[in-house]
Amino acid sequence: MKVLVAVKRVVDYNVKVRAKADGSDVDLNNVKMAINPFCEIAVEEAVRLKEAGVATEVVAVSIGDKSCQEQIRTALALGADRGIQVETEGSVEPLVVAKLLKGVVEKEQPQLVILGKQSIDGDNNQTGQMLGALTGMAQGTFASEVAVDGDKVNVTREIDGGLQTVGLNLPAIVTTDLRLNEPRYASLPNIMKAKKKPLDVFTPADLGVEVTSHLTTLKVEPPAERQAGIKVESVADLVDKLKNEAKVI
Amino acid sequence: MTRRLLNERDIRFLLYELFDTESLLQRERYRDHSTETFQQILNTAQSLAEEYFENHNVKGDQEQPTFDGESITMIPETKRAWDAFAEAGFLCAQYNYDEGGIQLPEIVLRTAISYFCAANIATTGYTLLSIAAANLIREFASDPLKDRFLPPLCEGRFSGAMAMTEPNQGSALADITTTAFPTGDGMFRLVGNKIFISGGEHTLTENIVYLTLARIKGAPAGAKGISLFLCSKYHVEDDGSLAQRNDIKLSGLIHKMGYRNTTSTALAFGEEEGAVGYLIGEANQGLKYMFHMMNEVRIAVGAGAVALAYQGWNMSLNYARERPQGRLPSNKDPSSEQVMIVEHADVRRMLLAQKSIAEGGMALCMLASTLFEDSKTASESGQREEAQLLLDLLTPVVKSWPSRYGVASNDLAIQVLGGAGYTSEYPLEQYYRDQRLNPIHEGVEAIHALDLLGRKMRNGTAFRILLDRITATIRRSRELEETVGLSAQLERHVELLKTISDSLLAKLDRDIDLGLANASLYLDVFGRTVVAWLWLEQATTAALGLQRTPLGEADHSFYRGKIQAAHYYLYWELPQIEWQSGLLRELNPICFDMRNEWF
Ligand SMILES: Cc1cc2nc3c(=O)[nH]c(=O)nc-3n(C[C@H](O)[C@H](O)[C@H](O)COP(=O)(O)OP(=O)(O)OC[C@H]3O[C@@H](n4cnc5c(N)ncnc54)[C@H](O)[C@@H]3O)c2cc1C
Ligand SMILES: Cc1cc2nc3c(=O)[nH]c(=O)nc-3n(C[C@H](O)[C@H](O)[C@H](O)COP(=O)(O)OP(=O)(O)OC[C@H]3O[C@@H](n4cnc5c(N)ncnc54)[C@H](O)[C@@H]3O)c2cc1C
Repeated sequence: MKVLVAVKRVVDYNVKVRAKADGSDVDLNNVKMAINPFCEIAVEEAVRLKEAGVATEVVAVSIGDKSCQEQIRTALALGADRGIQVETEGSVEPLVVAKLLKGVVEKEQPQLVILGKQSIDGDNNQTGQMLGALTGMAQGTFASEVAVDGDKVNVTREIDGGLQTVGLNLPAIVTTDLRLNEPRYASLPNIMKAKKKPLDVFTPADLGVEVTSHLTTLKVEPPAERQAGIKVESVADLVDKLKNEAKVI
Repeated sequence: MTRRLLNERDIRFLLYELFDTESLLQRERYRDHSTETFQQILNTAQSLAEEYFENHNVKGDQEQPTFDGESITMIPETKRAWDAFAEAGFLCAQYNYDEGGIQLPEIVLRTAISYFCAANIATTGYTLLSIAAANLIREFASDPLKDRFLPPLCEGRFSGAMAMTEPNQGSALADITTTAFPTGDGMFRLVGNKIFISGGEHTLTENIVYLTLARIKGAPAGAKGISLFLCSKYHVEDDGSLAQRNDIKLSGLIHKMGYRNTTSTALAFGEEEGAVGYLIGEANQGLKYMFHMMNEVRIAVGAGAVALAYQGWNMSLNYARERPQGRLPSNKDPSSEQVMIVEHADVRRMLLAQKSIAEGGMALCMLASTLFEDSKTASESGQREEAQLLLDLLTPVVKSWPSRYGVASNDLAIQVLGGAGYTSEYPLEQYYRDQRLNPIHEGVEAIHALDLLGRKMRNGTAFRILLDRITATIRRSRELEETVGLSAQLERHVELLKTISDSLLAKLDRDIDLGLANASLYLDVFGRTVVAWLWLEQATTAALGLQRTPLGEADHSFYRGKIQAAHYYLYWELPQIEWQSGLLRELNPICFDMRNEWF
């Protein structure tokens, strides 16, 4: 069984990002980048499936400019077998990513596609679902457990009320939640081995996809500074403040 | 912006802007590497350090290893950390591929290890000792010994320790008395006591390898009669399996003010039949071999001291940015909000001083790594020799400067926190206690001072090479508006170092006791000048960085901070050498003439 994992290059979660002075975007100049934590969980899950003898090949795909090869290499160091970069410029929105992934899915014919539920930069939580709609594949999102069983996969999902398990026919799409697994670290010998693993580069044209943009970023600004807390006198007081000041209820 | 371990931006600056680490990729040995593999390796180091080392830094201090006369108890986190370090491949990263390594350049390995030191210096201590022991075996031991001991050391199944110090001999290693009796089959039985042996006993590995200094029965007195032996806690059969215990017993653990999670052991060799030991290399050459390894450990001590200074600084900086206290002198309005203490100029002084020590020390240690690297892998033999000479000259400084000023830096970190810094709510008092070891172990400061003035400086070529490099920096920095003043400031002080060095060396042998009496002061003058040079170098690199377009706001601040710290160091710290040089020039005899009975 072939597993395709999508990995995204994002700002490292430790970095406190700053908006550019002109408010056009986040300042990414000389900032540490890393593999999106949810994608890391996706890679780990795929590698575990391979180690368990369920998967035969793990392919890591990333969409972006050349620098995202760094994250593909990280996925390879964590145990993926080969990489695919779809070369794009600038930021690509979820729908375009989903379309490009669909192109890769058609080329590679994986039985399972594992993605992070969201990336920590855009926090969109859309790509997996859009890919499901575009390919017509079954989807199990927010996975906290994945069990392949013959030509089916049971995905336990983290939902508001608790856990829900869905049975999906393969091929299927899974998006990972935080508790699915604890990713390993790339060991030094594996980092070196990853350099020798194959990495193919495609353009959107190769996949028959036209990159168009439907979204315009109007403004990027830092969140308002947190104000010091206050003590309220009574519950009524609290409710009043939530209603009239914070306007959240 | 809270800082956790070191400062990623600074590391990149040092690796790729100040030092040209990328150029190593052109060397045959590093062909398979790329800046990407370097980064991935540093990422792994940082992640492991955060998860497996930082988690028990305080716990290891509070619940230090104990010995009940039978066995040792240690917190379990220590072994998990050791295993994670070993499994990731850090114990033999710099070795050839066919030895299980990944041919990692020295500077990248040392930077990676700095993350571990920053997270937990005491637990990292075991790994540093082991790496150094393996390096020594690899360099000097016979093939059969290498085959038997290197693989398990690389895999982390065995660990290494250095058994040099004895109850009566610390600084004066040449006078040790542990004796080795030949048994005729090329092996020896060792009898004697060792003390302060770090990692001499623990629960991390199945076996421990002791590199032990001893005197073969009948060997000449002094340094010329010392040999180096490999002893192990358990005997190892030819097939690698463990056999019975060797005659090396733990007499007790020494409890100390810092580095508490590193066991300090008193060991009795040969209380019964004698501890079996294998001679490493030739008889009576032991100190030479040991010094080869000690030089590496000395650089590691300097780097560890820097990591502790860095962490104290990071933490006091985080605190100063969040602690409101007081108002600026110009503000007379008691109803106005208090400012964060970083707004007080005096707090910025303390932060700047720490920055100059942490980042200056980091640059110094990285310089040592590049010299170590070049001495081994530079393409031209001339380059290799030059690097070796300069490294030999600078080793006493690389060990001592970060150790001495690391203590000063951690002291300032406590001061920034005020009362909070004095409590165990914050790890700053622990950093201070940990740090205090560094001017003592691996040779007390005085010994390095004697080494620098009494030995290393006698090689005029090495000093010449250093001065040439400093001059090159002075020339480059003169061309930039940002650094032209700094350039002149360094030039004047380097002249001073030159003058007093010449005059001291000229007088040295007239009365060697008096000549070397102020060696520690000389070491300080020398160290300050070298670090000032590296600060000018950093400021020059930063000034060039400022000219780049586009330049993000964060980078702009980063470079400005470098230039400001260089000003601090060159105008607040470096000029101390003016009065120090005065004392040195006249061979000031006040300490020398003081008599024991006058105390
Ligand atoms: C925590 C810890 C870990 C250690 N780990 C190890 C280890 O793993 N293996 C090992 O073999 N050893 C180890 N040591 C021992 C360490 O190397 C010695 O403590 C150190 O070399 C100093 O020796 P000493 O303690 O006997 O001090 P001494 O030699 O007695 O020195 C005491 C004082 O006298 C001064 N002094 C001594 N000689 C001279 C001189 N010639 N000129 C001027 N001043 C002088 C020194 O400046 C010092 O202030 C460790 C020590 C400690 C505290
Ligand atoms: C062991 C111990 C015993 C103590 N005993 C007592 C006691 O018996 N009774 C009692 O009342 N208190 C006691 N204290 C409190 C002690 O007096 C305070 O810790 C001290 O005054 C510093 O205040 P702080 O800790 O709040 O530090 P902060 O005031 O927060 O100062 C932190 C840092 O900011 C700097 N700073 C603060 N304000 C300014 C300014 N205006 N200009 C420049 N720099 C500034 C300081 O130099 C310092 O580096 C004790 C403290 C300790 C640690």
